Amino acid sequence: MAKVLVVTSGKGGVGKTTSTAALGAALAQQGEKVVVVDFDVGLRNLDLIMGAERRVVFDLINVVQGVAKLSQALIRDKRLENLWLLPASQTRDKDALTDEGVRLVIEDLRTKFDWVLCDSPAGIERGATLAMRYADEAVIVANPEVSSVRDADRIIGMLDSKTAKAEKGEQVKKHVLITRYDTGRATRGEMLNIDDILEILATPLLGIIPESQDVLRASNVGSPVTLNNAASTPARAYADAARRLNGESVAMIVPAERKSFMGRLLGRRAA
Amino acid sequence: MSMNLLRFIRRRSGSAPVARERLQILLAHERGLRSQPDLLGILREEILAVVSRHVVLDPEKVVVRMDRGKSVSTLEVDIELPNGFEKQLAVAS
Repeated sequence: MAKVLVVTSGKGGVGKTTSTAALGAALAQQGEKVVVVDFDVGLRNLDLIMGAERRVVFDLINVVQGVAKLSQALIRDKRLENLWLLPASQTRDKDALTDEGVRLVIEDLRTKFDWVLCDSPAGIERGATLAMRYADEAVIVANPEVSSVRDADRIIGMLDSKTAKAEKGEQVKKHVLITRYDTGRATRGEMLNIDDILEILATPLLGIIPESQDVLRASNVGSPVTLNNAASTPARAYADAARRLNGESVAMIVPAERKSFMGRLLGRRAA
Repeated sequence: MSMNLLRFIRRRSGSAPVARERLQILLAHERGLRSQPDLLGILREEILAVVSRHVVLDPEKVVVRMDRGKSVSTLEVDIELPNGFEKQLAVAS
């Protein structure tokens, strides 16, 4: 039974696309057949993060409008054979997406994949509501920062009211994914900690992704961080989160702060 | 080392507790608004409809305001009536 999962946040720049790519690749590495779908029409970026920007021929809008077949628009990952990308259009605007068109594409994808991961655009407008519209589950990406948590709360409210599931009186299964977390700063009381965020959002935790240079390094070379350096702390955190999505119970590890001896003496964080 | 010592002293006064408290207050308020979709808009429409049945008035001159306090909230309705509206009332009846 295929699962449709929306990766959303309300606020921009918190790591939706990075997380979609990393979770999608991690699920594929764990043997699932996965498609990641870019809903950010006009500002697509999932293709770039996946390293497939030069292979885009057709896109989601073409499929929704019947210009191209789904099979023509799907791009198979060069590293993982059971990972696919459905890119967004770069030239059209978000009004080209229709509710009915999205429903049909998602239904089609359900028959072909185990997981359909929808990368939502930022905001609460049409693009974001369509990305979440037919989701079974949602990953709400939040940074430990007031504006991000506020927007996450708003998005949780929308998931509970504006989705097809909500309208049927059912619930979209929601998970919070905290990204750019700095354990040291949270411990020192300089940053909202995990308990603060979970208490405020009252939503179960999917994972904690530490602030890390590996994330930028992976996006620089166009590879999901879970593929680029599987041993890095963010990659391991994403892989654990993907296992939890698959129903495994994996102990939640709060990423530890790594300090060198000299760093400790000087009170600085190691790079 | 002195930096470390300073940081240790400051540790208790991090800004995260302030962030948490601000969020809790704000979200309690915003969630209340969400469950009542545009309560003020609805009130304004209905009050306007009732009063217009008896008095001719400018819809722009009807102001509905809600003030949320800790224990009680107040609803303020401000309707500006044109002078001589009693005459119009008499004509209407």
